[in-house]
Amino acid sequence: MLAAFACGLVFALGLGLSGMTHPGRILGFLDVFGTWDPTLVFTMAGAIGVHMPLYWLTVRRRAPVLAPRFALPTKRDLDAKLLGGSALFGVGWALGGFCPGPALVSVFGGRSDNFVFLIALVCGMALRKLGTVPAVAQAGRT
Amino acid sequence: MGHLASNMAPLAALAGGAVIGLAATGLMLLLGQIAGISGMITGLLTPVAAEWPWRGSFIAGLLSGGLVWALIDPSVFGHIPRPLPLVAVAGLIVGYGVSTGGGCTSGHGVCGISRLSRRSIAATCTFMAFGIATATLWRVLVGAVR
Repeated sequence: MLAAFACGLVFALGLGLSGMTHPGRILGFLDVFGTWDPTLVFTMAGAIGVHMPLYWLTVRRRAPVLAPRFALPTKRDLDAKLLGGSALFGVGWALGGFCPGPALVSVFGGRSDNFVFLIALVCGMALRKLGTVPAVAQAGRT
Repeated sequence: MGHLASNMAPLAALAGGAVIGLAATGLMLLLGQIAGISGMITGLLTPVAAEWPWRGSFIAGLLSGGLVWALIDPSVFGHIPRPLPLVAVAGLIVGYGVSTGGGCTSGHGVCGISRLSRRSIAATCTFMAFGIATATLWRVLVGAVR
């Protein structure tokens, strides 16, 4: 579990370095037709440029180093949940300037607006789960 | 079309992105898991205890990284230029949205696109499009976006 901790730590360092923890920057990125701040394009290019080749090299292995198998999604269909949820995320992202990672990392920044966003974020997730968890528990019992 | 912002930081962004890509690769290579942050938080809210240790550890790492930034350079953090009630609404929408859509910028954006996943590419195009549309509407109806 030290491995997961270390990866999370490095991930957070990358988020801070890239400027993703500045909501104003994200809002500037989404304002393509205004005063556009393309910084996030470079972050995504850096992240995907590194991760894509290394990911494909990694999954050529029979198994991960510390786990019995790779946990990869198998779904391929585009459904209403995927697209509707992502559309909602886009709207919220453009209103608050945070996606979940930077919202977590910013907790120690000491800004009350950052904190309010994070609490609301977790409430939003819990609200969604309230609908699905009882169904899962039910299915587990039968 | 507008013009470019003057305070861009493309090199730091590229380097930061590369570090994010390395962290995501580390999680896949070591534990075989996708670095999807919304999935990890959502996962901690659900009763599938087998997944708790690695998810909890990654999130503890993220928080510790935030603490490191707070100690060495608090200027990486920023204010949300919106009234507080709207910040709360935005947080609720993002939380509900990523839980429904099964991922955010990390899981669908960075990892999913790298895996060439059809679902993640569709999800990323969707949240980018709706984000840009919302920001544009905001500028037209309310004023400066940031």
